[in-house]
Amino acid sequence: MSLLNVFQISASGMSAQSLRLNTTASNLANADSASAPGGVPYKAKQVQFMAAPLPNSGALGVKVDKVVEDNSPPKLLYMPGHPQADEKGYVAMPNVNPVEEMVNMLSASRSYQTNVDTMNAAKSMLLKTLTIGQ
Amino acid sequence: MQTRLDKEIGFMEQGLRIRAQRQQVLATNIANADTPNYKAKDIDFNQAMKSALSNTGNNAGMSVTNSKHIDSSSNVLSQVTERTAKQNSADGNTVDMDVEQSQFAENALQYETLVSMINGTFKNINSVMQG
Repeated sequence: MSLLNVFQISASGMSAQSLRLNTTASNLANADSASAPGGVPYKAKQVQFMAAPLPNSGALGVKVDKVVEDNSPPKLLYMPGHPQADEKGYVAMPNVNPVEEMVNMLSASRSYQTNVDTMNAAKSMLLKTLTIGQ
Repeated sequence: MQTRLDKEIGFMEQGLRIRAQRQQVLATNIANADTPNYKAKDIDFNQAMKSALSNTGNNAGMSVTNSKHIDSSSNVLSQVTERTAKQNSADGNTVDMDVEQSQFAENALQYETLVSMINGTFKNINSVMQG
């Protein structure tokens, strides 16, 4: 039944958007992490969405295809007193762009809300359908 | 045998079915609003309704006599077309959120209208029977 598929579609959208929000939170929290496992500064991460068919129905949902790392060079800060400074006094800081992350955060949150609205609309339609014959 | 009531309810039932399937297509568009290269899709209600009626109206549609048969009248997802984008985006996505949201709301309202009409038909019959 196609109206019940709407629930699955919206749920897939919501989980994809919340993963995007997670990634943004991780990026913002690590905006100043000069070291990460492996000794290199933290690299900003972005999710990549993909339209994917849902199990047991022909409907098309959305899923996170992969999480990609931003490979742009780290920001170099001049901090000679820092324990991780190189011989010239520069510390490699994460390549996180806070402005970009804030925009991503707003976009993910809005898209999440839209999916919730979609689900609520489908729910009220189904409830209305149940009133047939009453 | 098809009574007048069957015809009337059947007509509105087709409408409900197409509206429900269109709602699914629109929900897919909304969920994929941020997917690169996703193309927005839609069902033309007029076209879908016309072909659904031509299938069932004069019994030209194939009847289901075995559980392995596919009901030809129930699937309008074959009539899904891609929407033409008014503005191009850098990632190739053609979902316009304003269009999708308004169409979604309109489709939901049309669905509920049909449900009300079916209810009204039943109420009419009831009042006739009870005098």
